[in-house]
Amino acid sequence: MFAAFKQKFRNWAFRRTVESGTVVLNQRRIYILPTRQGFAFAFVLVLMLLGDINYNLSLGYVLTFLLATTGGISMLHAFRNMAQLEIHAGQIEPVFAGETARFVFHFHNPGNLERHQIHLQDDDGHHIVFDLPAQTSTPVQFDIPAAARGWLDSGRLTLHTEFPLGLFHAWSYIHFDVRCLVYPKPAAPQPLPAAAAQDGSGKSPAAGDEDFAGLRNYVAGDAMPRIAWKALAREQGLQVKQFAAFQGQELWLDWSQLPDIATERKLELLTRWVLDADVQGLVYGLRLPDGEVAPLHSAPHRAECLRRLALFGANEP
Amino acid sequence: MKLSAPLTFGLIACILLVSAPHAEHLPLWVSAVCAALLAWRAYLTWGGYPLPARWLLLGITIACVLAIAITFRTLFGREAGVALLILLATLKLLELKAVRDATVLVYLSCFIIITNFFYSQSIPTALFMLFTLLVIMATWVHMQTGALALRPRLRIAVVLLLQAIPLSLIIFVLFPRVQGPLWGMPQDAYATSGLSDNMAPGSMSKLSLSDAVAFRVTFADQAPAREQMYWRGPVLWDYDGMTWTRGRNATLRGPTLTDTSMPVEYTVTLEPHNKRWLFALDMPAKLSIPAELAPDFQLLSRAPVNARTRYTANSFLSYRANPEEQPQQLQRALALPPGYNPQSRQLAAEWRAQSDSPEAVVRTALAYFNQQGFVYTLEPPLLGLNGVDEFMFGTKQGFCEHYAGSFVVLMRAAGIPARVVTGYQGGEYNDLGGYHIIRQADAHAWAEVWLRERGWVRVDPTAAISPARIQSGLSSALPDNSALPFMARNPPQWLRGLRLNWDTLANQWNQWVLGYNTERQFAFLTRMGMEDITWQKMALNMLAGVAVLVGVFTLLMLRRLATRKTDAVQAAWLKVCRKLAKAGLPRAPHEGPMDYAARIAAAHPDLAADIYDIAARYASLRYGGETEQEGLAAFKDAVRTFKL
Repeated sequence: MFAAFKQKFRNWAFRRTVESGTVVLNQRRIYILPTRQGFAFAFVLVLMLLGDINYNLSLGYVLTFLLATTGGISMLHAFRNMAQLEIHAGQIEPVFAGETARFVFHFHNPGNLERHQIHLQDDDGHHIVFDLPAQTSTPVQFDIPAAARGWLDSGRLTLHTEFPLGLFHAWSYIHFDVRCLVYPKPAAPQPLPAAAAQDGSGKSPAAGDEDFAGLRNYVAGDAMPRIAWKALAREQGLQVKQFAAFQGQELWLDWSQLPDIATERKLELLTRWVLDADVQGLVYGLRLPDGEVAPLHSAPHRAECLRRLALFGANEP
Repeated sequence: MKLSAPLTFGLIACILLVSAPHAEHLPLWVSAVCAALLAWRAYLTWGGYPLPARWLLLGITIACVLAIAITFRTLFGREAGVALLILLATLKLLELKAVRDATVLVYLSCFIIITNFFYSQSIPTALFMLFTLLVIMATWVHMQTGALALRPRLRIAVVLLLQAIPLSLIIFVLFPRVQGPLWGMPQDAYATSGLSDNMAPGSMSKLSLSDAVAFRVTFADQAPAREQMYWRGPVLWDYDGMTWTRGRNATLRGPTLTDTSMPVEYTVTLEPHNKRWLFALDMPAKLSIPAELAPDFQLLSRAPVNARTRYTANSFLSYRANPEEQPQQLQRALALPPGYNPQSRQLAAEWRAQSDSPEAVVRTALAYFNQQGFVYTLEPPLLGLNGVDEFMFGTKQGFCEHYAGSFVVLMRAAGIPARVVTGYQGGEYNDLGGYHIIRQADAHAWAEVWLRERGWVRVDPTAAISPARIQSGLSSALPDNSALPFMARNPPQWLRGLRLNWDTLANQWNQWVLGYNTERQFAFLTRMGMEDITWQKMALNMLAGVAVLVGVFTLLMLRRLATRKTDAVQAAWLKVCRKLAKAGLPRAPHEGPMDYAARIAAAHPDLAADIYDIAARYASLRYGGETEQEGLAAFKDAVRTFKL
């Protein structure tokens, strides 16, 4: 109850719109409060001061004031540790549900002071710590597990630091308009449905009809049997065998032809088929209740099919 | 986060540094246990072994607390508290696993530093404190930065401290001082050394072995001759055959001084000695701080002097003191314990019978000391029950307390009122600081006799035996092989100079840093031109000063956040444009560098070569992607030499 209220208050007090482009952390964006340790330190200082007064310890005054001003000046250092950083979001590769979305933020430190121990975290507790050398740009990868298909928003991220003494907590919120496209999780391998010619003749390619057409780089979701193990042994990296389809043969991956299973299962199955058909080099099309993608065989075509599957049922395109 | 090995070593160093100065006064076993525990922790960290089990640590902790309770008979006194704090900090280190908990140790370290100031606040202590603080800061930063290397960590710590020092200075000067104490202070809070309120054979000679400073004196005008410098301390009346004590004054009537001349004014900075008496030259007349002047001219402060105290005093070197003494007081000054020292009493009675006046008896006694083979020594033989008799007719070796005590016994036996006065005699002049240093080694005892019409007259029997003691100090009065403190002998000139230099510095430190109390603050701020000083005003000034300084730091720091090389190019080009604008040829907003140069060249053919050169360099630096340092330097040169 209290936590919920606190969250509400924060959202109200620190409300920020979603931003694009480059964000510069200026003093209006950076908040500072003492930490619990900061309060404890202040308490210790008060005890010391009372002792100094009572016992008339002049050198004790000196020490107390030195510690107090060091603590105070550390607030300035905490602020400086974040101030004037320039941040922009990088490109994000789509992932399949169940994988980890890798958001990339480019932190540029324009000054000649190194920044230490910057923490980046989201409200769900994902968290990384990094240092930023002077006058360089550092890409920082922030991993968020992608649980469900669709758009995954990075959400509002908190950038904070307690450098140098842990007495003050300086923080800032960043919320970029970056989102990661999450494809449905591919279903377990299933045989492809029967191919249909464009004219509807219903001729299906028999197993073994395919001709080996070459290798292409592995992408997540490719079927295990298609991996070119020999190529891997030759240290050519993870590659997948591609097979040429017969001319004139087209495969329709059709929603309406699917058995009566849950929507998400259907999408997962279609995803699997899109991947397999792509690996096998087939010309395939996707037919969904809300539209279709004309048969083709290319990388953009594969991406478009997967995108349609990922965003199926969503309002936005 | 788990505690890394380098961080653990840093924490061990912190605890070691803050507790090391305490080793001097803590019981040996506490230091030994601490050292052993720290070494154990270092060994475990070094070898990567697991920390000791909880029950074992608990056992050690209970044992330590019990041992402290037994050693000190309490857990709460100053000494016991410090010992407990240090042991607990060390034990905490042995169970420390997470970085988060290390903060406690850092705070504890800071606190232990401050307890050391009960014992010493000297300049070396302050320097050591700064060094310790640097190590603590570096360790503290380490806790926050994890894997950062030692050098940048140290740099951050140094920057933090360097910024804190000027800020602290402002606060130190302007923070409104409250006159302590806020609550009762434990009596053991202060070290004691110095004169006590009684005198037995051996008490003065023991003090003479100490090189410690008793007080420092600055004379307003000419300092009196050394033979005149009798710093009056406790006056001792009562004698039990062995020990002289102050007793109780039989009157409440204040003392009177008449026929005074030779006034002196001086300022005394008295080191704390935890007793009530203050010191002033014979005879004190006025004091700048509230104090009681007892009927026997002894100055007593209201409370024990447990902080360094400054006061200005006025004395008269020539006087008649209490020429009309109360009969009860004279009675006290004649009392002798019955039965002791029959031979001496016999001798005194003979003198009295042979002399026509008390003055003559005094002269006889002094002549007796001078001519009967008495020796002035720091190591007199031990005396028995009839101490004065044994001394007068047997050993004939003694220190000032023997001579003063025996003399007063003789006078009283002869029917002349007399008393013992203790204090200090002489002092070393520091010509660098322009003040006199009076050390414990200058402790002295002399006698006063009361003569009709003349009042109390000082008689120093030591002067009769060893005039050198009074005229030039202890070292010249004693043979070279006596066990004097090293510095009280005649050291080489350069060493003496060094010591006086150091004492001058220490004196300034005492006056301005350690003695910076409400009064000093007031005086200092008035001298700095502040008027109508109130604590609110001081606080406001303090906050303003801190704010200005923090503002300056902020500007300096934020400037370093965004520095761009190209700015130098732009700035140089703008400089040229300004020069030309002043000559009536401002650059139009739309004009590029080459167009502008062409226009200038047309107007001033003599400048053509220069301005084309500059414009070309600017264009190439700005737009041509040339970023080389040399190109920039040449461009700047060209700009600098460009003249209309």
